[in-house]
Amino acid sequence: MTLWWAVIATCLGCYLLKYAGLAAPRKVLDHPAVRRFATVVPVALLAALIAVQSFGQGVDWPRTAGLAAAVIALLLRAPFLAVLVVAAVVTGLLRITGM
Amino acid sequence: MPARQDAVRAGLGVGLAVGVSGLAFGAAAVTAGLSVAQACALSLFAFTGASQFALAGVVAGGGALVPGVAGALLLGARNGLYGLRLAALLPTRFRAFTAHGVIDETSAVAFAHPGEARAGFFATFASLYVTWNLTTFLAAVGASAVGDPAVFGLDAVGPATFLALLWPRLKESAEDRKVALAGAAIALAATPFLPPGVPVLLAAAGALVVLVK
Repeated sequence: MTLWWAVIATCLGCYLLKYAGLAAPRKVLDHPAVRRFATVVPVALLAALIAVQSFGQGVDWPRTAGLAAAVIALLLRAPFLAVLVVAAVVTGLLRITGM
Repeated sequence: MPARQDAVRAGLGVGLAVGVSGLAFGAAAVTAGLSVAQACALSLFAFTGASQFALAGVVAGGGALVPGVAGALLLGARNGLYGLRLAALLPTRFRAFTAHGVIDETSAVAFAHPGEARAGFFATFASLYVTWNLTTFLAAVGASAVGDPAVFGLDAVGPATFLALLWPRLKESAEDRKVALAGAAIALAATPFLPPGVPVLLAAAGALVVLVK
């Protein structure tokens, strides 16, 4: 599977998932198990991605510090983009200074 | 019509603010090894941030693409569930077009303005779509010109984005915190033994276990 096929499959699949919801019978949504699963699964997936992207290839200190800074920014209620900037700047600065 | 103005204003605000994080996606995608055209194709035609970041993340890890796509689709699956609820609120006439806009932000704005769901949805869709695609392109081109993006700490942007997106839910719900910890633990524990992409799928199974309990 080349990268382009992965991109096309993702585009097509994501669109079909969106469309299926709008076109599906209402009964499906009202099922409590469906509702619960849909609420909980993204949390598990996103948390797994955070973990794997951060530490999946070993602990990289500048990146870990950048993420710690992002957590502090979130605790201080910084806006979404500010959090991303803080993470990148802290990680980048630590790397440039060789710490 | 103040209610409609409220919905439109909220939609434009969310669309512009979140749309700018297309910068993060464009940079993350190119850092991961996607071409500028591939990054732009994802923003134009997949147009659902979490799935796009997920695929870029798997590519960055040099991972197996089939589970990578499956992970992206699992992340996109909740859009289908928003759609089930939005079906009653949105016009049926241009459903094939409307469907493309069914994502977290448009749904959140629509549900927050029940009387003007349609206005809120389309205001968010329009502003987010334009901003997200423009910033994806700019960052993808910029990151390509940059050389080694890791020097600038751009590899921290992907996980920081997910963290910021998850944060409100983690703050509010002890159960979500448990699920997040379980998901992260399962994925990290599985990473040395399985091809990249698969550990994240396993984490979804972890959510099921918490759910059943």
